[in-house]
Amino acid sequence: MSWFNIKGITNPLTALGQVAKKPHTIRFPYEEKPAAERYRGLHYNDIDYCIGCGNCAEICMNKAIDMVPVEGIEPKKGDSGLRPRIDNGRCCWCGLCVDVCPTGSLSLTREYIFVSPNPEDFLWMPGISNPDGKDKRSWRSNDLNFSINTYEREKMPMLDPKERVKSFAEVVLGYEEDQARREAQRCLSCGLCTEACPEHMHIPEYINAIAWGADDDSLRIIYDNNPLPETCGKVCTRRCEEVCALAKRGEPVAIRWLKRYATERALNADEIKEIVNPPIAPKNGKTVGVIGAGPAGLTVGYYLALRGFDVEIYERNSRAGGMTMYGIPKYRLPLESLDKQIEYMKKVGVKFHFNTEVGKDISFDEIYQKYDAVFIGVGLQDAWKLGIEGEDADGVWSAIHFLRRVNEGERIDVGNRVVVVGGGNTAIDASRVSRRLGAEVIMLYRRRKQDMPADWEEIEDAEAEGVQIWTQGIPVKVITDEQGKVKALRYVKAEMVPDPRGGRPRPVPIEGSETDIECTTVIAAIGQSADYSFLPEKYHDKVKMNRGRIIVNEWGQTDDPKIFAGGDAVNRVADAISAIADGYRAVKGIVRLLLGEEALKQK
Amino acid sequence: MRKQKTTTIYLGPQHPGITGNMMVKLEVDGDTIVKAETHIGYLHRGFEKLMERRNWLQSFTIVCRICVPEPDPNEENYARGVEEIEGREVPEKARWIRMLVLELARIQAYLLWYGGQSASVGLYTIGQWSIGDRNYVLDLFEELTGGRVYHMYIWPGGVRRDLPKGFKDRVYKVMDYIEKRLDDYDRLLFDNAIFQKRAQGVGYIPPEKAIEWGVVGPPLRATGTKSDVRIDEPYEFYDQVEFVVPDFYKTSDVWARALVRRFEIRQAINIVRQVLDKMPEKGPVWNKIPNPHKWRIPRGDAYVKTESARGEFGYYVVSDGSQFPRRVHVRGPAYVHGITLLEKILVGQNISDVSMIMNSLGTCPPEMER
Repeated sequence: MSWFNIKGITNPLTALGQVAKKPHTIRFPYEEKPAAERYRGLHYNDIDYCIGCGNCAEICMNKAIDMVPVEGIEPKKGDSGLRPRIDNGRCCWCGLCVDVCPTGSLSLTREYIFVSPNPEDFLWMPGISNPDGKDKRSWRSNDLNFSINTYEREKMPMLDPKERVKSFAEVVLGYEEDQARREAQRCLSCGLCTEACPEHMHIPEYINAIAWGADDDSLRIIYDNNPLPETCGKVCTRRCEEVCALAKRGEPVAIRWLKRYATERALNADEIKEIVNPPIAPKNGKTVGVIGAGPAGLTVGYYLALRGFDVEIYERNSRAGGMTMYGIPKYRLPLESLDKQIEYMKKVGVKFHFNTEVGKDISFDEIYQKYDAVFIGVGLQDAWKLGIEGEDADGVWSAIHFLRRVNEGERIDVGNRVVVVGGGNTAIDASRVSRRLGAEVIMLYRRRKQDMPADWEEIEDAEAEGVQIWTQGIPVKVITDEQGKVKALRYVKAEMVPDPRGGRPRPVPIEGSETDIECTTVIAAIGQSADYSFLPEKYHDKVKMNRGRIIVNEWGQTDDPKIFAGGDAVNRVADAISAIADGYRAVKGIVRLLLGEEALKQK
Repeated sequence: MRKQKTTTIYLGPQHPGITGNMMVKLEVDGDTIVKAETHIGYLHRGFEKLMERRNWLQSFTIVCRICVPEPDPNEENYARGVEEIEGREVPEKARWIRMLVLELARIQAYLLWYGGQSASVGLYTIGQWSIGDRNYVLDLFEELTGGRVYHMYIWPGGVRRDLPKGFKDRVYKVMDYIEKRLDDYDRLLFDNAIFQKRAQGVGYIPPEKAIEWGVVGPPLRATGTKSDVRIDEPYEFYDQVEFVVPDFYKTSDVWARALVRRFEIRQAINIVRQVLDKMPEKGPVWNKIPNPHKWRIPRGDAYVKTESARGEFGYYVVSDGSQFPRRVHVRGPAYVHGITLLEKILVGQNISDVSMIMNSLGTCPPEMER
């Protein structure tokens, strides 16, 4: 009876003391208890901010999330048009989908009660099923420290700006192996970039290969639809990075630098051949002539050669590469890098005729007769004029002619002060080249800095090298001295006026604001045009033009079924990757024309 | 003597006196148990297998389900196992927060135990109180982690979010309140003649056999053995807080085990206070992991253990160098307590004490069939 004592009977009775106390919960009146501030309740998605990248669906360990099309949301660049739909019957509200959301559009709310007799309703469209959820958002990833994604890019090693301007040495040094692995690991593999790339390169695939340490696989995947990957890896305009899901709240994955990394693993053409080792089809007896060894022409040459065509490329210059050879300064794309890629093409069987200008050394008719198909990839050779007084003075250059002469190895005397007119990549190139030639450089652009079409990284680099960017200035006159040499450039200041048609704001000159910039050289980088004088008159009704560009169909074909065209001569984007895309399109067109639809299906 | 015929009784899986979805098959002779057999399989969800098909981050959302009343030791173990293989550093503040979460979890698990233990002897009032009070701890969890039951808060590299503003004050407040309430529970449970009569001398585990049988946690301490992972192999910052491991209740019955828990819940409240005092105000709480889809853990394995409210919780994590765990083996205390130990000590006991003994051992089916 050790357990028996009087306390054992009386003490439990103290519970009666609780009778008068306020209970924990009561049934009436009903009081709703608000959930905590970071409660993980029903989902909410900011539909307009979501880009449909599908990372939420990917991370969901219950596979509760599907990406489904939504009425009123069209797919566009950087937006798949799909939105997450959550099966509330499978969701476990772990919130990983929120933490992994690169845009921060997805969140969980304080709402946690949902009743419906209809089972279909449990397929929850966050943001559509609960449009009022915005005010109830609770579990969010607005603090980037708690988002699973890494938003900072691996820093690219570069030459010091003070060193850069001393020579034409390559500025970007390229990632080390561990850097490339880390940078590749950041990629979420959502594939929005693939859609944005004109050539639809297999970006997530080759980045994955780098992340897993399979550099060779990566290079093979890259060569699948890009024959000039090293060029692109160095100078691509990278529309992929603009749409990168991580770019919404941080820095995009360095897709271009990763491609560069993969291509630089192969040190010479032999190594490329050894690694890529593409299957080359037996000769099929068809011949194709390509005019212009630019990116478009080279693409046609490479992929047709792989398919067993006899391809011959005619190039009026002594080197292949087109604008990538003559328009891009060597500190961005060194000669060796380009040579390596061309050498590799020769190895797979592409034939080149250098220093052969069509229309002069060989007539277009001859080519037309000789080959089963002809591809025109001549690009834009002539520069637009400024259209101002004194433009023909000594010391006024067009940027492409200027860059071409420099790239041919000539050392041009630009004096001590150069004014570059324009705001595109060519203007930046001309400015940075001029800096390397020892001059003080002013870039004059008629709109604002944020309107500049040039790559933002290029703008930053140019400024780091000491290029001054003067905005909202329109040149009106080149002032010359007695010898007809440039003395100054007169310009008017401009103010930005909103475009009544909804376009980007337009610069309007301010009366009486004329100012002179003293300078020794003026470089105009305001655009280029094509020269089609090689094309005889009789082809003009078949090869139609629209504002200086050749019109082609979806196969890159002109109205003459034998003549294909591509590159800057066709598209208005005028960059290397679009030219490659045009070339690839023409490859398909030529295969379809010469081998038939069936052959197209075989890879 | 006339040959006695025994009767077979199936206790569970649907029985209010049993701890969850499990069943004990009893052979009884009158009221006395002759043979007991634990049957599991009513709650098999295959967590260990599931984890082999989830990447390292996704798996962390699974482990909490292995113990419903106290999920945090699972999360802690998983996170620590991954960190150990990978060599990932955990920020200081995160480690303090983990301790806070673990101790809060212990407190609420013991409050739940109060309810279960007292209800098993027919005292329902105390359960209504303690589970009501437990909700104040769950409120804290809700505020800190976003979830009341499954917190999914401790993850590899640290914890998921920092403490909310003013959280510490609210923790102090709840701790003070619960400490005060514990005296009420004492009057209702430990002073209660009914519980004393029912618990004393029941469910005896021979102390000399305890370690051999694999007993851990409060049942082991109730044999007079000083055994606690927090002291034996301190993890996080348990070597920097002061607390007493009770080895002075030696009767090794349901009563002693109850006293151990009664003592330990007070210790846990003390630890929570110490943690809050020692925790740095500022600092990172998460060492960011790489992109989870491409996060590979180097080849290797790690055995990590945590002292949960029911005893030593062990995880054996194996990585083959890929982005998925090769194997995550869970060794919960209930596996031993609920199967081999229970079968042994039930023999000779009264049929009405089964539920009480099970509660005192902390048997929990999801742990047995993870």
